[in-house]
Amino acid sequence: MAILIKNGRVVDPANKIDDIQDILIEQSKISRVAQGIKVKAGEIIDATDKVVMPGIIDMHVHLREPGREDKETILTGTSAALKGGITSCLAMPNTQPAIDCAENVRLLRDIIKKTAKANVFIAGAITKARQGQEITDINSLKNEGVLAITDDGSSIDCDELLLEAFKIAKANKVLVICHSEDKLLTRGGVVNLGIVSTCMGLRGITKESEYKRVQRDIQLAKRASASVHIAHISCGESVDIIAKAKQQGLEVTAETAPHYFSLTEEQALGYDTNMKINPPLRSKDDVAAIRQGLKDGIIDVIASDHAPHTENEKDIEFEHAAFGTIGLETELAVAITELVQTETLGWLDLVSKLTTNPARILGLDKGDLSIGKDADIIIVDPYQEWVVSKDTFLSKSRNCAFLGSKLNGVVEYTICNGKIAYKK
Amino acid sequence: MAWVKKDLLGLEELTKEEIGLIISTAESFKDVSRRAIKKVPALRGKTAVNLFYEPSTRTRVSFEIAAKRLSADVINVMTETSSVKKGETLIDTGTNIQALKTDIIIVRHNCSGAAAMLARHVDISVVNAGDGWHEHPTQALLDILTLKERLGRISDLNVTIVGDIAHSRVARSNIWGLTKLGAKVTVCAPKMLIPVAIEQMGARVTYDIDAALRDADAVNVLRMQFERDEKGAFPSQIEYFKNFGITQERIKKAKKDIVVMHPGPLNRGVEISSEVADGTNSVILQQVTNGIAVRMAVLFLVSQAQDKKYGDTD
Repeated sequence: MAILIKNGRVVDPANKIDDIQDILIEQSKISRVAQGIKVKAGEIIDATDKVVMPGIIDMHVHLREPGREDKETILTGTSAALKGGITSCLAMPNTQPAIDCAENVRLLRDIIKKTAKANVFIAGAITKARQGQEITDINSLKNEGVLAITDDGSSIDCDELLLEAFKIAKANKVLVICHSEDKLLTRGGVVNLGIVSTCMGLRGITKESEYKRVQRDIQLAKRASASVHIAHISCGESVDIIAKAKQQGLEVTAETAPHYFSLTEEQALGYDTNMKINPPLRSKDDVAAIRQGLKDGIIDVIASDHAPHTENEKDIEFEHAAFGTIGLETELAVAITELVQTETLGWLDLVSKLTTNPARILGLDKGDLSIGKDADIIIVDPYQEWVVSKDTFLSKSRNCAFLGSKLNGVVEYTICNGKIAYKK
Repeated sequence: MAWVKKDLLGLEELTKEEIGLIISTAESFKDVSRRAIKKVPALRGKTAVNLFYEPSTRTRVSFEIAAKRLSADVINVMTETSSVKKGETLIDTGTNIQALKTDIIIVRHNCSGAAAMLARHVDISVVNAGDGWHEHPTQALLDILTLKERLGRISDLNVTIVGDIAHSRVARSNIWGLTKLGAKVTVCAPKMLIPVAIEQMGARVTYDIDAALRDADAVNVLRMQFERDEKGAFPSQIEYFKNFGITQERIKKAKKDIVVMHPGPLNRGVEISSEVADGTNSVILQQVTNGIAVRMAVLFLVSQAQDKKYGDTD
């Protein structure tokens, strides 16, 4: 069935389009992008005053299946993704079991095939069971179709081992994604180290624990001549280190998450465990540095780091509560509210960090509205206000750092692989 | 002014007036403990539960006596393991205690923020008897009452707190309370035991004990917890006593009437010499006595706030 999207503001950074256009979808592909398309289509969507953009590619998502289906499943996670305008996710491998061998990739792929509502791509683990001890069979992971490898949730402490992993990844043309955290420095910390940790009487997490690892991870990638993607950066020093690496021409890319450009450590005062996130919410200066890093193009990607947890794991003492916030359903609205409306980023820049850049980094033939491409398209009412509340989530979990926030930007349609997969 | 809070979680969230109200209420309750029949009927028919997840004698007994002198019934629930290890969560324990139709939970917990979390999940009153490194409001309040009795005021006093500031809820509550009432607070400890950015809480920092004592009207000596896990951050006991111990020699060089306080239990010869602890400048036992009046005041005020809320007239 052909779908015609009329009169929307089409934002397509890959083709440098930011203009009122119509888009025609035929046989699940984009067949025309032009003004005033007149054809008979099965479905005509009036997108007047709406933004029409490629579906978001969220390259940092914890879908929890297999193993922790009480937190999220491929089905619930991808349903939440579609509601948030995300048509493709990269599933992190810290499941139970970890995605650390061909068999487990096949197991996950089977679940995806049966239940996923959006595109789910797979990241494999760098080390077996993510223990940081023994490198996985990266070649066979690649042959099973993983787009990247990462021990996300943990950093690999052994330099030699990570260097070796970079070399193998390079030979197999697999991207390495680094969770850069020195646990010897975080030492059981639960909030950013500073006045907030002091007032709350909680162990603080230094910024060094992050940026020293960012520095090391980049150096090891350089030695292996491999490319590296740094996940969820939260502080100004990390931005500076990545900027320098890029100046040197290294193949380094970086991502941050919505909470790092919108929330500060003060949010944790009052012991709201939804604000317990790793890396932690940082200072106002860090939030400003992250925004500047996005603006300057140092940070390539915005990804949710969607980290669902049950109430049992969150509604307990702050020190014992799990780290993380869900983000699939708030990511775009937080970005519009905190980046576009503050004039930190224009629409083209924002959309590139949500679509074209992650597509390029992952080697995906998606993320743009070129003729012949898979029709992953979203239609967004860009400035419609809404309040985040527990009962709006399609995610199985409710642990959201933005509960109660007033945000702008509502996804009205999500078209995934040429079909209307979500409609408000 | 009237007290409206159902809970007492810390001094950070209180106004100067609210702290003043607790102190003046405590002053009026002091008399009860001097009578032949040490009991008033203010909390008759109410039940207070001491829910202690950390070993404590002094604070628990003080709360128990305070509640009993107000004619409340008191139940002690003691567990030395954290709720998580034990299986039942703090919230479940709290809601169960509430379901027993009790009125006040007095909670001591090793996790910072535990009292606040409990207070969010129960409608009955929660009084923080110490949560992790965060706050120990009744200790700071009894310190304030004792200082006020001894020196006549809090405003413009120079108060020095010596010891492991980083891991001390007593230090934090004292800094909030004293600075709100207009005192100047100096903290003094080895560098590793001073938490980052504490100046932003309103305290001055020095690493020189003699400088810290020079202008001090009072010194609050914290217990050195040498049994803590992170030994790396700690100097040796001998080194600590040499550099930070409160000795008669150091007190002689300070103001003549300097008030020496200690929240207890004492480590004699570790952070304070026996000579000072038992000397004329020491108010350590007055602090213990004042603890009863302060805790009576707190239990009375939070209970009164509840009665108003639910329209009870008794």
